[in-house]
Amino acid sequence: MIQIQINRQLGNFRVSAQFESQTRGVVALFGQSGSGKTSIVNMIAGLLTPDSGRIKIDGRVLFDSDHKINLKIHERRIGYVFQESRLFPHLSIRSNLNYGRKRAPKNARQIDFEEVISVLGIGHLMDQKPRTLSGGERQRVALGRALLANPDILLMDEPLASLDAARKSEILPFIEMVRDRFDVPIIYVSHSMDEIIRLADTLVLVNDGEIAAVGPVEELTSRLDLRRLTGRYDAGSVIAATVEKHDEEYGLTHLTFDGKTIRVPRVQAPVGSTARVRIRARDVSLALDKPDKVSQLNVFTGKISEIGERRNNDDGTESHDIDICVDIGVPLWVRITRWSLDQMQLSEGKEVYALVKSTSIDRQSLGQQTPNKEKIS
Amino acid sequence: MDIFTPLEIEAIWLSLKISVWAMLWSMPLALGTAWILARCDFPGKFLFDGIIHLPLVLPPVVIGYVLLVTMGRQGFIGKFLNDVFGITFAFSWRGAAVAAGIMAFPLIVRAIRLSLEAVDQRLEAAARTLGANPVSVFLTVTLPLTLPGIIVGGILGFARCLGEFGATITFVSNIPGETRTLPIALYAFSQVPGGEEAAFRIVVISVVIALLALAGSEILARRMQARIGNGS
Repeated sequence: MIQIQINRQLGNFRVSAQFESQTRGVVALFGQSGSGKTSIVNMIAGLLTPDSGRIKIDGRVLFDSDHKINLKIHERRIGYVFQESRLFPHLSIRSNLNYGRKRAPKNARQIDFEEVISVLGIGHLMDQKPRTLSGGERQRVALGRALLANPDILLMDEPLASLDAARKSEILPFIEMVRDRFDVPIIYVSHSMDEIIRLADTLVLVNDGEIAAVGPVEELTSRLDLRRLTGRYDAGSVIAATVEKHDEEYGLTHLTFDGKTIRVPRVQAPVGSTARVRIRARDVSLALDKPDKVSQLNVFTGKISEIGERRNNDDGTESHDIDICVDIGVPLWVRITRWSLDQMQLSEGKEVYALVKSTSIDRQSLGQQTPNKEKIS
Repeated sequence: MDIFTPLEIEAIWLSLKISVWAMLWSMPLALGTAWILARCDFPGKFLFDGIIHLPLVLPPVVIGYVLLVTMGRQGFIGKFLNDVFGITFAFSWRGAAVAAGIMAFPLIVRAIRLSLEAVDQRLEAAARTLGANPVSVFLTVTLPLTLPGIIVGGILGFARCLGEFGATITFVSNIPGETRTLPIALYAFSQVPGGEEAAFRIVVISVVIALLALAGSEILARRMQARIGNGS
């Protein structure tokens, strides 16, 4: 259990955050740059001291202003992966990896050195110095170094932000593996919804120094009232599904949810495992009659459950599009033009067909939930 | 060993002994001072900084005179040290080591401070999160990354000690076998008629020692840069 309740004044900016979350899997702190995400993790790490509040992780109090508890940074047993790798330039990769490990209490050294190295694929770098490594390799070593300190919790502050797009997609699978192989809860700070959908189970929305909402990724990303915070352009629904089968001939994977099947590009996940699909609202079309002879592989029937508010553009003119929520067993967000809304005379309760192109679902929109730890160990 | 006259050997030996002792006391103190100047903020820091730099801007004779007055046998520090520990500094090689160390001090502090300020404090924060206490962070991260500055400071300081003249001759005078270092011997020869040849020999010796020290330090500095891995 992560219990956070912290206040801190930083110049004109005030961070006043309170949230609780299960420690299983990945908790994502999501928000705009400058919303206070990094300040929150820095307070958990002890790099920044709250003016008041309480930080408790799995029953261990790290900070409590009422009881004058403020554990020192090195006593907190947290692993921190920074935006920049922060590897020690004067030490070899092996010494970097061992830095936290040899300082961890002997009875807490449960994470196996060799396993971490093989999972992260850094075995060939051992005797090198950090400066000879690429950005992606450095970040993998930084991840290993934090993990090998055998922390109670791993904090990751935008660990991919300093990498280019190609490196990002190279590192993401490693973070997924760390999440799945090692039993360490993770707090992951990001302003990229793609990363969060792939990695996180719980979403904490941070806005202007405060927590706007906490909940499962699927739930919060589907809520219209949070749309302003979860992102408008990429707005959509996140659906939790199960891998049903793989269609090798056409390179597709069949996922089921609520008795329905959605076909997506081939996913590297075993049959029966859980997966998460994000369907962007702008990639869904609506039809009033049962569509026949269309290229969209996925057609769902449902009722319109909500028609979103009309929005204004930045210049004050009314936006051309509008979001509609269709209940297909799970909420599915659809973005259409206001023209279509009027032409089709759509209203709440109306039966519609929702069409989703499989090709619109890219690798970035497919994620896996944290598997049950019982299954791994 | 008949390349050198006994007098020259004595002066070389004294110069090296005094310089080594001067470095031994001033280096750790300079490291601490540099750390305070680089990392701490306190009222009066400007004044502190100024006092540290005084030997760099004051005439050395002034430093020597102040030492004579305070650490001489009648000086309040000198008397105390003599009464309590039985150590005298006036007119002894120990006093020369004190004078040389003081004169070299600001040079050493400046070099170390520059290097300390260049250490990325985010690395220290990372080390803290990995479970290292502040002392351990200093020893395993800060100090190794400051090493190039410490070496440069050490070389500059050592060279300054070898060349120290004004404060030394004022404080501990010119005593053969006790305080007659190379520069003082050179000065003495230059003051007597017919001393030109002896003076010239000391000039050559000084140049050779200086070049050897520079070469040695260069090798050391290169090795250090390669080891800490952030050199160009």
